[in-house]
Amino acid sequence: MTDIAPARFERPSALSFLGYVFGLVIIFWCLAGAGFSVEKVASAPPRFADFASRAFPPNLAPDVLVRLGWKMVETLQIAIAGAVIGVILSVPVALVAARGLIAPPWVNQIVRTALGFIRAVPDIAWALVFVVAVGLGPFAGMLAIVIDTIGFCGRFFADDMEATEKGPAESLTATGARKIDVVACATIPAAMPAFISTSLYALEKAVRSSTILGLVGAGGIGIELKVGFDLFDYPTAMTVILMISVVVIGIEQVSGWTRTKIIGEQQ
Amino acid sequence: MTDLGVKNRAAPLAQSEPTGAAFAPVSPVDIEARGVTKRFGETPVFSDVSFRLARGEAVALVGANGTGKSTLLRCLMGLIPATDGSVHLLGQQTDRSKASVLRQLRANVGLVSQKHNLVPRLSVLSNVVHGLLGTYPGLRHWSHTLAPPPSRAAALHALERVGLAHFAGRRADRLSGGQSQRVAIARAIVGAPKVLFADEPCASLDPSAGEDVMELFFRLARDEGVTVVFTSHNVTHALKYGDRVLGLAQGRMRLDATAASLSAQDLRGLYD
Repeated sequence: MTDIAPARFERPSALSFLGYVFGLVIIFWCLAGAGFSVEKVASAPPRFADFASRAFPPNLAPDVLVRLGWKMVETLQIAIAGAVIGVILSVPVALVAARGLIAPPWVNQIVRTALGFIRAVPDIAWALVFVVAVGLGPFAGMLAIVIDTIGFCGRFFADDMEATEKGPAESLTATGARKIDVVACATIPAAMPAFISTSLYALEKAVRSSTILGLVGAGGIGIELKVGFDLFDYPTAMTVILMISVVVIGIEQVSGWTRTKIIGEQQ
Repeated sequence: MTDLGVKNRAAPLAQSEPTGAAFAPVSPVDIEARGVTKRFGETPVFSDVSFRLARGEAVALVGANGTGKSTLLRCLMGLIPATDGSVHLLGQQTDRSKASVLRQLRANVGLVSQKHNLVPRLSVLSNVVHGLLGTYPGLRHWSHTLAPPPSRAAALHALERVGLAHFAGRRADRLSGGQSQRVAIARAIVGAPKVLFADEPCASLDPSAGEDVMELFFRLARDEGVTVVFTSHNVTHALKYGDRVLGLAQGRMRLDATAASLSAQDLRGLYD
């Protein structure tokens, strides 16, 4: 019986061994390129402690809280408006991107490549582009969120529709329904739980993004963070950081609860 | 066919060709397959399948797993193209028809599948209204809430006929397997089709529910005089509900005979 038992550890083949070595070399090469320094890591805690001592207690003066509160509201407005418009626009884009639905394969490929390009450009870069296009302010930030959401949701909505059970669609096709009717009546309802889940993630992502778009003048609370650090007003900067943390965690909690409530109950 | 010990009673390929077959159709021919061959890449599924089905016939398509029964059914509906040969459905050659013509043709067809294939998150009534999309395409038949009164009435009537009108507002994923299949039958008959296809309609049901579904399906089909093609592994069902039995084995049509002339033992030969 012991003869047929597999060895506890398989001896790797020469090719596998070379692969492991190559992987390790790549990791060390990347660490070197990233300027990894044990000395800096060792010296960071005292510096961090110095920053913390200057930043705490955070600035909780009522006028500062009111000003930052309104900036946070603006941040949420940018995020929600951008995410909602982005999600709505993502549906037709995804319909054209999804293979085997309404568009021929070459169109699917072009749209998927375009969505890949949108995702490859960071949201802060999109914000810079829109600041140039429409000027400083929250509108540029909202447009950046819209385009970023289309890149994210367009791809995942398309994948969700491709992954749906094909049976209901076939049953409707067999009775003479048009492609668009089949998609509306069978494919989209089947993909709806995944759409909702993806949309809520997009909203969370939009809220996180919108907090830093102000760094490039695209509205929201990010500008307050930048000014706080530029003026060495660390207590106010710490207030901004704490405010962002509370809002982002809060949005994640609400999103998770909504996801469970809608999708959980539907399933 | 001789290897199965069953007389060859294949229907002629054209009505004008007298063959002396015992049940050569005299009523209109709804489905005609001529030398239909299907391959997926280099893998052959079946070759040179030919038969004709007259209006009102109920035909059981039997054969072991992998013999291509479901694939043949899809070829007959024009859902997938045959590699070779031709299929005529209600007088139109499906592989030569434009997409719009094929859709009009399919508006006269109903399909009941093994997995019921209802849209789970929608109401029972919306699922049945979807059966009218072939005849009435567009937004108003995407949901029962938008459907015009005659379409809602037709869908409710179809649900009444399967005994589930009281479940019209219920979500489809809250139904039992037997109820789901009855809703699928309502969806298939709501458009008053001329041809009904059923792909192992009771395979996912327990024997009792399966028997109920088959009884209901064939009572409705015979009431309307529609042509029925159904696949089944249940030889009893094939003989009880089919006027005629077609058998696939080893990639060929090995059996084409009236159900009355066959015994269960004859059909079991197809599975050896």
